[in-house]
Amino acid sequence: MSESDKSQERQTLVQLRNVHLSFGANHVLKGIDLKVRKGDAVSIIGPSGSGKSTLLRCINGLLTPERGEVVVGDTPVHALKSEAERIALRKRIGFVFQQYNLFPHLTVLQNVVLAPIRILGMERASAEREARELLARVCLADKDEAYPGQLSGGQQQRVAIARALAMHPELVLFDEVTSALDPETVGEVLSVIRQLVEDGMTSLLVTHEMRFAEEVSHEVVFTEGGEIVEHGTPRDIFHAPRNPRTNAFINALRN
Amino acid sequence: MATDEALALETPRESRALPRARPTLSPIVPWAVGIALTWLALAHFHRDSVAMLWHWAPHLALGLRMNVLISVLAIGIGTVLGAVVGALELSRCRWIKAPARGYVHAFRNAPMLVLLFFTTYVFPFEIHVGSLYLPFPDWIKVTVGLALPASAYIAEVFRGALLSITSAQWEAAASLGLSRSQSLRWVILPQCFKRVLPPWMNLYAMITMSTTLASLVGVTELLESARNATNTVNRTDFTILVYLAVLTLFFLYCYPITRFTARLERKYAFH
Repeated sequence: MSESDKSQERQTLVQLRNVHLSFGANHVLKGIDLKVRKGDAVSIIGPSGSGKSTLLRCINGLLTPERGEVVVGDTPVHALKSEAERIALRKRIGFVFQQYNLFPHLTVLQNVVLAPIRILGMERASAEREARELLARVCLADKDEAYPGQLSGGQQQRVAIARALAMHPELVLFDEVTSALDPETVGEVLSVIRQLVEDGMTSLLVTHEMRFAEEVSHEVVFTEGGEIVEHGTPRDIFHAPRNPRTNAFINALRN
Repeated sequence: MATDEALALETPRESRALPRARPTLSPIVPWAVGIALTWLALAHFHRDSVAMLWHWAPHLALGLRMNVLISVLAIGIGTVLGAVVGALELSRCRWIKAPARGYVHAFRNAPMLVLLFFTTYVFPFEIHVGSLYLPFPDWIKVTVGLALPASAYIAEVFRGALLSITSAQWEAAASLGLSRSQSLRWVILPQCFKRVLPPWMNLYAMITMSTTLASLVGVTELLESARNATNTVNRTDFTILVYLAVLTLFFLYCYPITRFTARLERKYAFH
């Protein structure tokens, strides 16, 4: 297929090899292997507690695996020792949280420009101009002076996406970004992400929105019990899963 | 309580609109009218006593100046010291955490008056620095004696405020590339500020009223000045009038602080 040929040429941006991590006696990641190519959208699906969020936190260095390798671009994340090295990594990776985690004491605009000004050293004027463009892109141009507490969940999550994009990341990690939202606001967040993926932003999404995962992803990964059970194209995973555990999970959601 | 507050931050605007409703008439107005009327009546019925009080007013004002000076310095020192100790209390290292906890427990469980006597006698009346003799007056010893329990109290307030900010805020800041100290400066402390403010103002009002204890170790502050005046004049009606004046002055100084706190609280409610 020409589509898959094209993706073979693209360089690998994220590579995980045999990643292990436990919290106390709880073995959360049991040898994860994962590859994300530049420009791809990869969705991670699977039951709760299968280590999906933990996996994302290993990629931006919020957590360090006990064993195995995490490589982002040329950076060996598993081997980073200093805070300065982790900061350099995190500047390149956007992270969007399930609970949005906006800064409640700052307005929407201040939330978006904080890191570009303080971390990237941008001029306030240009940072604000860019922030307004990003807010327009997530359809919140008129909310720049509002505080997060005045916004709906869906609006807050779109601000969180704008805040992540303001750092010009090479990669954005989405951690169940619609799980805390009211059903009627899920769509507005998903359409923002869909647009991002179409624009070629490399994205790794942990999600429970199966239809969305099927629609936007280049690749879908099914995890269970800290292991990757199966990965493949959305068509394969959702319509012709080879593994019985994947099949059971997909069917349970269908009904 | 801390978790309630954290949750409250995430509730949408409708439920947070309530506390912003303002009373139409500030309670300052009836208080001011009441105090003014009382003193007008006194001036009318006890003309000579009030005239005598007016004669002693500069002396009392000097005393009050000392109370304000001690209270401002004590809360200032207490706040800086308390913020440091409160942060140390959260250290992961046992050898830092344990002494900080010990400090807080020691000074939170010490009667203020005993601490004042203690600091008065434990410090010398002057300090030698090389060939220089720096005086160490009693009012500074009192300031230290009030600053110590204040710092212990502030440390607890500050520690509670830091803990009440969810770890998700640290995570979000770190994910944007902020260092630990940048996260503290730009994300965590500004949120703590709002939570620390009401107890801080409370403490300041308490410290201010405790400055009258300084009269017991011979510092000439308002209460001591009042005693000088009453002992000199030696008339019961004048004595009552002087203490009423002292109470009025403390009220006029402390009450606006609590009102101001309420205003600030509304201002930093983040809607």
